[in-house]
Amino acid sequence: MTTKVGVVVFPGSNCEQDVVEAVGTVGGSGELLWHKDTCLGDVDAVVLPGGFAHGDYLRTGAMARFSPIMGAVERFARDGGPVVGICNGFQILTEAQLLPGALYKNRGLKFLCQPAVLRVESMDSVLTRGLTVGDELNIPINHFEGNFICSERVLDQLREKNQIVFTYRDNPNGTTADIAGICNENGNVVGMMPHPERAAHPLLGSTDGALLLKGLVSGD
Amino acid sequence: MSTAFDVAVEVSLRDGIADPEGLTIERALPALGFSGVSGIRVGKSLRFVVEAPDEDEARRQVEAMCERFLANPVIEDVDISLSPAS
Repeated sequence: MTTKVGVVVFPGSNCEQDVVEAVGTVGGSGELLWHKDTCLGDVDAVVLPGGFAHGDYLRTGAMARFSPIMGAVERFARDGGPVVGICNGFQILTEAQLLPGALYKNRGLKFLCQPAVLRVESMDSVLTRGLTVGDELNIPINHFEGNFICSERVLDQLREKNQIVFTYRDNPNGTTADIAGICNENGNVVGMMPHPERAAHPLLGSTDGALLLKGLVSGD
Repeated sequence: MSTAFDVAVEVSLRDGIADPEGLTIERALPALGFSGVSGIRVGKSLRFVVEAPDEDEARRQVEAMCERFLANPVIEDVDISLSPAS
């Protein structure tokens, strides 16, 4: 059975079609969901895509976290459903407290749009279950606020519970402990700043992102 | 009976969190002839009016909105000032 991935569109999202396309290339089927919807239908997984939801007003993700669909996303996540936040989606997940920490302005105050090399740090997430710790992936970043910040206590917990999913080989933005992506304790909620959907076709220079989306659509 | 209160909320980065915007401004100042400036922290300020039965209740409401929405406690602190609307 084909895995159906719901991709949430907020006003200001701009990566939703790329995610739908990329999910299709790895054998899943992507379906757009509007942020004003209050239920997720029959999707098997949810992606919060990149962009500038609600203009990033107040803080990135601060408004989007209260969009009507987020209640359903939170319930889905708490029931163990796979939820992936990419870039702005990661920021929304931290604001919604589905993931710990916060994303703040890059060190150097530059908007970064460039390739990045990620190291897989955990196989206990819905994106990395088909990979091996130490695998290196080429996946681009495209953000101004990707500097992950958390307390020492949270960082210790992330390490202990194996919740750091990806680190950067060369820290581009000052992020704590080189963190590029994390997951919740169960591994079903994942947030990452790099864009796997932009590395899902040979023409894009890398297909490493497809490996992650494949993990998402292949299920358990 | 409810009273209107002028509210000022200052949102600032928590101590210990690097502020790249503040640093950049700090570095620019000597070039403009302003020396001896340090410790610049950039934040934001929100001004609004709240109607509430009394000042305590108004403050409670503002604290709740800060906690839930106006600031992110992971990275930000808030300073609330409140006075009867003029």
